[in-house]
Amino acid sequence: MTVAFLILAALTTAGMAAAMGLRNLVHCVLALTLGFAGLAALYLQLGAQFVGFTQILVYVGAVAILAVFAIMMTQSAGSMTRPVFSSAWLTGSLVAGSVFAVLAWAICSSAASRKMLPPEPQATVHQIGDALMHRFVLPLEIIGLLLTVALIGAVVLAMHGKRETQ
Amino acid sequence: MSSLTSYLLLSALLFSIGLAGALTRRSAILVLIGIELMLNAANLNLLAFWRYGPNPAALTGIMFTIFSISVAAAEAAVGLGLILAVYRHSRTTDLDKMNSMKG
Repeated sequence: MTVAFLILAALTTAGMAAAMGLRNLVHCVLALTLGFAGLAALYLQLGAQFVGFTQILVYVGAVAILAVFAIMMTQSAGSMTRPVFSSAWLTGSLVAGSVFAVLAWAICSSAASRKMLPPEPQATVHQIGDALMHRFVLPLEIIGLLLTVALIGAVVLAMHGKRETQ
Repeated sequence: MSSLTSYLLLSALLFSIGLAGALTRRSAILVLIGIELMLNAANLNLLAFWRYGPNPAALTGIMFTIFSISVAAAEAAVGLGLILAVYRHSRTTDLDKMNSMKG
């Protein structure tokens, strides 16, 4: 466990906790961007360069912007007088806390994490592309189909109905 | 504490933060963001197991993470579209007010 890991873990945790706890929704999305960037840096620490840059492109670039657009289109940025947590907040926090307790207990008592440190594996973009085109070509095609369906579905859902407006 | 354990503990913490947000927030957009956080925690788990696993040359952890990121992006787009559709219908994104089907 290095100093870089500790700093990145603290940054990511702080960003995500702020994203879930702040009152103003735009501030939440800004903190969420910080958390996603910290996660991308953690991926780079793990030696997965391609996934780290994909994380920055997809999450910091696209998902955060999409969330900001949704907040602006639903005009829920300025509503700060009402309580931010729902009526079932106590049950929700209890469930989340117990889930974390169970997960931490399982991780700390597991034998899988007491192994020697293997040498850093290599995952170049060339190898990833090779695997995507040979071994994982069917999942790649299915993901392409899924993204097309999701694109059309999101447009149909968010589009104003023509028959209602005319 | 080994490196794998610390990564797994961080991933469990991020998952719990996302779960707490998804269960306690009133805004539907933030509930969706909490679900995204849980997916990200799972991705960190997959990458940690790829890095410290017995056979990293097979690249399965990286492949699973890439596909998971694609599915999460599609889910975010469709989820925000659904929130916009619900907002046009009921003029609110407050989950406590969406109780018209409550018995």
